[in-house]
Amino acid sequence: MLLFLLRRIGMMLVTALCLTFVVFALTNLPAKLETLAKTQAGSRMTDAEVASWINRNGYGSPMLQRYGEWLGVIPGWVRTDADGTVHGRCVDRHQDASLAGSRCGILQGDWGYSTRFQDNVASVVTARVGATGLLMMWVMIVMVPMALIVGVLAGMREGSRTDRALSTFAIASTATPEYVSGVLFIALLASSTVGLSPLLASWGWIDGRVLFQGNARSAMDDITLSNFTLPVLTIALYGMGYVARITRASMTEVMTQQYIRTARLKGVSFTNIVVKHALRNALIAPFTVIMLQIPWLLNGVVISEVLFSYLGFCWTLYEAAVNNDIELLLASSVVAVVVVLVTQLISDIGYVYLNPRIRIS
Amino acid sequence: MDPLSWFDILARAAQQFLPVWIALVVTFALSIRFRRRLGLYGKLFDSPIGMIGFGIVMFWLYTALFAGLIVTHDPLAQVSGLRNAAPGSALRAPTDLYPYYLFGGDSLARDVFSRMVMGAREVLRIAPFAAMISFMIGISLGLPAGYFGGKLDTGLTFLANLVLAFPVILLFFLLVAPEIQQTIIPKVMAGVLFLAPILFVTVLLNSRFFTQPPKRNLYVGVVLLVGAWAYAGLVFNADPVGLWSMSPNLLNVFVAVVFVNAPTVFRIVRGITLDIKTRDYVAAAQTRGEGPWYIMLWEILPNARGPLIVDFCLRIGYTTILLGTLGFFGLGVSPESPDWGSTINAGRRLLTVYPHPALVPAISLMSLVLGLNLLADGLREESLRD
Repeated sequence: MLLFLLRRIGMMLVTALCLTFVVFALTNLPAKLETLAKTQAGSRMTDAEVASWINRNGYGSPMLQRYGEWLGVIPGWVRTDADGTVHGRCVDRHQDASLAGSRCGILQGDWGYSTRFQDNVASVVTARVGATGLLMMWVMIVMVPMALIVGVLAGMREGSRTDRALSTFAIASTATPEYVSGVLFIALLASSTVGLSPLLASWGWIDGRVLFQGNARSAMDDITLSNFTLPVLTIALYGMGYVARITRASMTEVMTQQYIRTARLKGVSFTNIVVKHALRNALIAPFTVIMLQIPWLLNGVVISEVLFSYLGFCWTLYEAAVNNDIELLLASSVVAVVVVLVTQLISDIGYVYLNPRIRIS
Repeated sequence: MDPLSWFDILARAAQQFLPVWIALVVTFALSIRFRRRLGLYGKLFDSPIGMIGFGIVMFWLYTALFAGLIVTHDPLAQVSGLRNAAPGSALRAPTDLYPYYLFGGDSLARDVFSRMVMGAREVLRIAPFAAMISFMIGISLGLPAGYFGGKLDTGLTFLANLVLAFPVILLFFLLVAPEIQQTIIPKVMAGVLFLAPILFVTVLLNSRFFTQPPKRNLYVGVVLLVGAWAYAGLVFNADPVGLWSMSPNLLNVFVAVVFVNAPTVFRIVRGITLDIKTRDYVAAAQTRGEGPWYIMLWEILPNARGPLIVDFCLRIGYTTILLGTLGFFGLGVSPESPDWGSTINAGRRLLTVYPHPALVPAISLMSLVLGLNLLADGLREESLRD
């Protein structure tokens, strides 16, 4: 088990290294650096000014060397101006000239400086990750029970009318990407002119003008039912269908097993068969899928956070990508990759734990 | 003129779709008449779910085909006074234009109905082909990885996992950017990705007919000729006739979508291959002395077709969603393009006041993906039945 964990963690490091290098290479293309220079120092720069800005800010050296600087295995760049002031990767960051020539990369715990938010990357990311974590927690609280109930109800009597209806519902939910369901929800529930809200308001059933708010910016300070329902529902709906279908498949398979037939012949009631005999075995497959669903939902979280202006980690990722904020983008991709790989690991371990027939060698 | 009532709007929209209805009726009549002779496709008509899905997909396919006949206005033309017009609004001065905006006007006074119809063409021009190329790449890498195993398998699986560990959205932002188009990266990736189908078909035919050189030379020659022609047009934009061409923008989108999809297909094919290669008929072929590529492509692949066809339908749907995501973030499409994703994005700014410009493409996209998923479900059910 320990060896397995070590091997997986090693694999994780290699993957993260490869991925950050790809991100680094793609964000450090000459054309991208030119855009960065223009957004940072004025859009009307001449080509010569752009070139000098790139050189002065340490983007001029070869890419591999800069990647090494970012990692912290190569000393940061240093430049001495004509008037004797020393600039450098580490010097500018800590306002300390004695740091010239030392290493400051992620190995030293220095994640760099965000050009978009004008702040340290580490503080930007840690502040935002919490907000997204909260969002994901609520998504899971809504999604998992709903998916399991739908899946189990559909799977316990295969081919019945309940099964048909719930399966179609599950298929429909996987066919509705977040940008579609979000738009539908806002039009239906969060508009003061169309949808349900004006109707409910005229009946006097709701206090405000809309049932739910289509903007979740206020949820950063204070989460309420009114500002958080729609983003959570939007993400949960898309993820739910897939988990429900896996649960249904797993449940139908379990229900054809010999021991279920034995229990039925013994005269155990149908409810008891489902709850006591079938459920535990039927939930092994959905568990792994739920864990793997988290990275899959990341995409939808970006859409949802942008659509509802919820300023979480995925919104930061989007802003970093739009503004080619290199170091923030790198840090975000590290976080994203770690999330993906850790959930994979948990799903593998959980699978073994739930299914004693499988052993990790 | 007065605006139309809801009933009139629907009746008139249905009337515009007349070519589609005719094509659908013909398709269904012929298919149901000859369903016993049509294999898996015919069996689809035994399952109501599959039939509904097939109907929705064919509806959008025919819409894309006959889009020129269906549209009521030029999808890019603006008509004064119809900015954010409600569905069914009448034109002020309908000289020789269609007198109504059936589904209303968008924030630039363009016809939402016509843009929806043209958007179907935009989506269906890319999604099926991107899914097809992804499949060919996934198959040509997944079969040898599963069949030979060893170092090749380890290496390819690592690469596939690497791509899959990437958040899709990040990959899109990195790959589909105007700055990237100036570099050589999309060209190189397209060069590699489009090589896969040509190699795939060549090896497929060669492994089957290499015992009959004249036949083999003819088939492989034709494939290579057509392949090289398409390849030159698609990758280098250098087709002398001009039949095959792709704007750099479209090529970039295409490459990004294929790149995201191929690793998943690879994993599926590899898994199925690992299962099928232990079967007796594979052992029989090995004993006969067949080559590895013949066994992979003519023994294993045909027997893996069930799950692959089902996944193909799902993948077209997923590709449609991905294209919508790209449009939603304004990546890789021109601003006035009528594709559904960017129309939804443009409409969401005024969503709470004028929902129709965003709702129409949103529901269209949902129904197409739903149709593909239902079709896949029907196919899965019917293919499991034998």
